[in-house]
Amino acid sequence: MSGGATTPAGNGPADTVGADRILEAENVSKAFGGLIAVSDVSFAIPRRSIVSMIGPNGAGKTTFFNILTGLYKPTNGSVNFNGRDITGKRPDKITSLGIARTFQNIRLFATMSALENVLVGQHARMRAGLFGSIFRPPWVVREERGVREKGRELLEYVGLRSEVTDDLAINLSYGDQRRVEIARALASDPQLLLLDEPTAGMNPEESGRLTAFMEQLRDEREMTILLIEHDMKVVMDVSEEITVLDHGEKIAEGSPGDVRSNPRVVEAYLGSQGEGDAGSSETASSDAVRGEGA
Amino acid sequence: MSRLRGSRWVNLGVAILAIGLAALLPLFFGKTDSFMNNAVLALAYVVMALGLNIVVGFAGLLDLGYVAFYAFGAYTVGWLASDFFSKVNGGEGIHVFVEGFAANLPGIHLNFLLLLLVAVVICAVVGILIGLPTLRLRGDYIAIVTLAFGEIIRVFAFFGDDITFADGYKLTAGRQAISPVDDVDLPLLATFDSALDLRPYYWLGLALVAFVLLVNFRLRDSRLGRAWIAIREDEVAAASMGVPLVKTKLLAYATGGALGGMSGALIGSYFTSVNANQFQFGFSIFILAMIILGGLGSIWGVVVGAILLSYINTYFIPDVFNTLPSKLGLDFDLTALNFGIFGFLIVLIMVLRPEGLLPERRRRLELKEGVGADEALVEVRA
Repeated sequence: MSGGATTPAGNGPADTVGADRILEAENVSKAFGGLIAVSDVSFAIPRRSIVSMIGPNGAGKTTFFNILTGLYKPTNGSVNFNGRDITGKRPDKITSLGIARTFQNIRLFATMSALENVLVGQHARMRAGLFGSIFRPPWVVREERGVREKGRELLEYVGLRSEVTDDLAINLSYGDQRRVEIARALASDPQLLLLDEPTAGMNPEESGRLTAFMEQLRDEREMTILLIEHDMKVVMDVSEEITVLDHGEKIAEGSPGDVRSNPRVVEAYLGSQGEGDAGSSETASSDAVRGEGA
Repeated sequence: MSRLRGSRWVNLGVAILAIGLAALLPLFFGKTDSFMNNAVLALAYVVMALGLNIVVGFAGLLDLGYVAFYAFGAYTVGWLASDFFSKVNGGEGIHVFVEGFAANLPGIHLNFLLLLLVAVVICAVVGILIGLPTLRLRGDYIAIVTLAFGEIIRVFAFFGDDITFADGYKLTAGRQAISPVDDVDLPLLATFDSALDLRPYYWLGLALVAFVLLVNFRLRDSRLGRAWIAIREDEVAAASMGVPLVKTKLLAYATGGALGGMSGALIGSYFTSVNANQFQFGFSIFILAMIILGGLGSIWGVVVGAILLSYINTYFIPDVFNTLPSKLGLDFDLTALNFGIFGFLIVLIMVLRPEGLLPERRRRLELKEGVGADEALVEVRA
């Protein structure tokens, strides 16, 4: 696997849309007993794009994420990553193939330092085993030094102040924890990054910065990003394509403009939530054309 | 307080100082002083506790059957360093790098370094076998399975004299001890003699402690150690970050088991006998109590806990406080209450200082701030 080489970012992602798909899920279903959380969802992500998955609470978005990353085995359907069938593979295998994720409710290793968290993220890219760890031959020493250096670089890249790299994750501010979680995901050199509500709990300014950061990841690191997000402004700003789930089913997909005007989406996603919410999403829609955050 | 850096050189310094001082200790005591006897046992228990610390302290897998590794380590020397299989090689015996008395005895007799190696390999394999059925389980259920395994192995040892194979070879000697087991024979050194001089055993125990300390420290600050801690904290997140759960957990069981086996081999040789009654369930709890007392996951804490509990067991209860009941006008033997006393100490520690005497920073946080409480995901595949 070629970990994010840096080529000049000039050609827009639009070039690759439709042609080269990094991930394809076909007819994926997941049932928990009688409850069908995801029903027959087909879905593809163009390489080097940012796409979003939206839907009301309980629509099955996170379940779908968990299927892609191997935490759940789909009841039906298949998932292909880089043309390779990854359906039902173990999460760590999928990570080493190049998919990384963050969690909706931050799941850092709370009593490890920020740096150690990022080191765990590099697990799949390291070789030291039991005997290597105990006897520490020179190559292990070099490897350890290398991953620490890379860990610090990543933390700097996501904007964590260097004074707190060795602080325990639990002692970091909420925003910093989000940063560390993204750095930890980046540490496995993913080609596809899955972000589960990354802007939850952020103010508009922070969300805007994160939006810019996602674009930076796509352009500088040639990464593909799949986003679950409730903040409509972020979604409309950053997404090239949007998929809408409701009650486990895909009810719409397309460009932000298409999705926004799709009556089924308005009904399922906005209509059910009363006038206030619909109004605010109206604002989001009109803001969507603007560039970076407020 | 929240920082985790800069402790490496401190640890190295403390280790060198402590082991250096400990190495001088026998010079102040007689060759067969009872202090030396207690000290050898304490060192063996430190090795064992540090082994269990990898499974329970680092990886967070509660193992209540650790006595199994003591048993396999001890039976390794019972089988391979005594006249137990006296008929092998036509009664001539098999001898590998052994000198002195044992070299002319029937049965299998291996050099102690080989015995250690065999014990390590056997116990690593047993560790994996015990670990396999626990992989899909969490917390309490792991404890139940390991407890049952420890008990199965004890029962096999206990009734091993009824299990015969091939030419009437028995599995164990059951309640009768396999005895005498050879004294330790190391290359370049004269054969030890536990009847005349305990000091070589002490230094051997200390060398094993030094090795196991190195293993603990190095593993803790390695790719594998971080993976163990990550699994302990959040299995789902760890797997999603590329940590293979099955392999990583099995490596914890294998490593912990291997160190327990080393200690078992040392104790077997030191007692020069191996007896099925040694492998009671209570022993697993005894070792577990050491690491809880000292501080789960804290390497120095575990060392302190093991020495403390070992001396309470071999010195304070039988020698120092044993007259206490009669002074109070009561008539019983205090040693009969030893597990009651350990239990009381654990309760005391849990109430007053749940993180242990010398807690690990992480663990202190978990207990003080409720970090890392496990929320189960519906379906995590190991």
